[in-house]
Amino acid sequence: MTTLFTILFDGVAYGMLLFVLACGLAVTLGLMNFVNLAHGAFAMTGGYVCAVLVNNSGWPFFAALPLAFVVSAVIGVALERTLYRHLYTRSHLDQVLFTIGLTFMSVAAVDYIMGSSRIFIKLPAALEGQFDFFGVGIGRYRLMIIVICGLLTVGLQLILAKTRFGSRLRAAVDDPRAASGLGINVPQVFAFTFAFGCGLAGLGGALSAEILGLDPYFPLKFMIYFLIVVTVGGSSSITGPFLASLLLGIGDVAGKYYVPKMGPFVIYTIMIVILIWRPNGLFGRTAAR
Amino acid sequence: MNALPEVSSHAMARSRWRGGEIAFWVLVLACAFLFPSRYLIMTDILRLALFALSLDLILGYAGIVSLGHAAFFGVGAYCAGLLALHGIITEPVIALVAAGLVAMVLGFLTSFLVIRGVDLTRLMVTLGIALLLEALGERFSNITGGTDGLQGIEMAPILGLFAFDMFGKTGFFYSLIVLFLLFLLARRVVNSPFGLSLRAIKNNPLRASAIGVPVNRRLIAIYTLAAFYAGIAGALFTQTTALASLDVFAFEKSADLMLVLVLGGTGYLYGGLIGAVVFKMLQEFFSTITPQYWLFWIGLVLVVIVLVGRDRMHRWALWLPNLVIRKIAGRKAVVAVPESDAP
Repeated sequence: MTTLFTILFDGVAYGMLLFVLACGLAVTLGLMNFVNLAHGAFAMTGGYVCAVLVNNSGWPFFAALPLAFVVSAVIGVALERTLYRHLYTRSHLDQVLFTIGLTFMSVAAVDYIMGSSRIFIKLPAALEGQFDFFGVGIGRYRLMIIVICGLLTVGLQLILAKTRFGSRLRAAVDDPRAASGLGINVPQVFAFTFAFGCGLAGLGGALSAEILGLDPYFPLKFMIYFLIVVTVGGSSSITGPFLASLLLGIGDVAGKYYVPKMGPFVIYTIMIVILIWRPNGLFGRTAAR
Repeated sequence: MNALPEVSSHAMARSRWRGGEIAFWVLVLACAFLFPSRYLIMTDILRLALFALSLDLILGYAGIVSLGHAAFFGVGAYCAGLLALHGIITEPVIALVAAGLVAMVLGFLTSFLVIRGVDLTRLMVTLGIALLLEALGERFSNITGGTDGLQGIEMAPILGLFAFDMFGKTGFFYSLIVLFLLFLLARRVVNSPFGLSLRAIKNNPLRASAIGVPVNRRLIAIYTLAAFYAGIAGALFTQTTALASLDVFAFEKSADLMLVLVLGGTGYLYGGLIGAVVFKMLQEFFSTITPQYWLFWIGLVLVVIVLVGRDRMHRWALWLPNLVIRKIAGRKAVVAVPESDAP
């Protein structure tokens, strides 16, 4: 029974992490209908920024996290303004080729600069080890992830639902023409959203170094996971991707625990079955436009 | 009412062999005698060309974007490897066809998943299938040899007559003949009414179905055929290198393939062939500069291609050969017309 709870706990932590990593993609891919396979590269950037700051410059872990967000977001907005912007109206094939190209470049560049081995971030002592909670082993680090990611999720939902920017974004996504007719600066809204999504990915990358492992092949290894979150979750709100991430996280952890030999087999099968059953995702609304 | 004869005469005109095409194949054959010391790399190019041809069938003609085409390549490769390793079918040509057929069956079965949904779902499903096969290959490492791959494959002589030699001469001519035969078949298919209906589907599926084209059945058919081609390419890989490892399923393989096809241009069959040559030359060139970071340059090429625009780039690339041919042939003969420029 306690192992079940531990699996559930680890699964939720993993799922939350995936959500933070992928929710930026949910916006670009799900809402702006731009196939961005390079999303993992932004996550990797955040992870490496955090690692360099903490390990080499001696920054405290919690001070390095916001900077991971900022650096990824800045790179994101720079790329959006210079490159991505031209590709919004192009075919999916072009978008796929372009973003695969970016991913390959980032992988090789990081390999060149940082070396190809897996990198670890030195954690503060307070985050190491685990404690017992009614007999269930709770990892401190995972608990922190759940807290941070939970807060972020609530915050995102509030921003989208309650603020002026949220309603602008939803309007811009629903009908960009009508939105710009109403005086909403659609490109600006998209650029900001894109940057924010990249920042979140960077933050997720920094947080995930401990759990998922950080090496130059990160963007390729986890690309499929991000895509699963978005396609299975659908794009109507952020609740869909959130539930999909939790499902994926718990499924993956449980799968690895109970049928370790099947490896990632379980996840891919679930994904294919869900996509056949509901091509627009579990919580999807309409087909991508 | 006179639209039909016009369409058919147009199609007939397109399917006629042009001078440029004959020149292309003569050139390929000439390479065999011009560079006798480079059979291995030329065989590599031929295999890649066949694989890219297979992707062109679904991407260029039916508009299906696949990120997991390596799945069929891998299945073909392992089939050929296992057949030879366990001595089930030792004759390479029969084994080749058998491996192609297995990949074809897989293609047929998975095509039902692929035709559902939009581009994104297709991307995911094709990618998922390739990853699934890779995971399966790892899981059943007692059969596939795991990450080490199949080892100790010995190929019997082709048709019992031509043994594979260490310089790869037999392998080269074998691959060339297979490629040429399959190219002829593909050429016949895409210029048939079936091929025309595929183009209609690619341009507008809704309209195609409105004029009575059975969209799903056509897509299943071409996807199955493409899987057969990819399977053959995979089997050729195993037979000419006596090697099969889990790399064949890797995502990089599918992504490289896309680059090959994009370099050559989609939708006119020669794209895969030209792309394979360019790709290998690029690979040679970049790996002499920085062998370890070759991935970076691939990525850069992809990004630049997309930013410049695929159509524009092909017009530039084809400008010189077409000019030469026009001068020689004196007519409107062209080597190749990318899809977008086709009349």
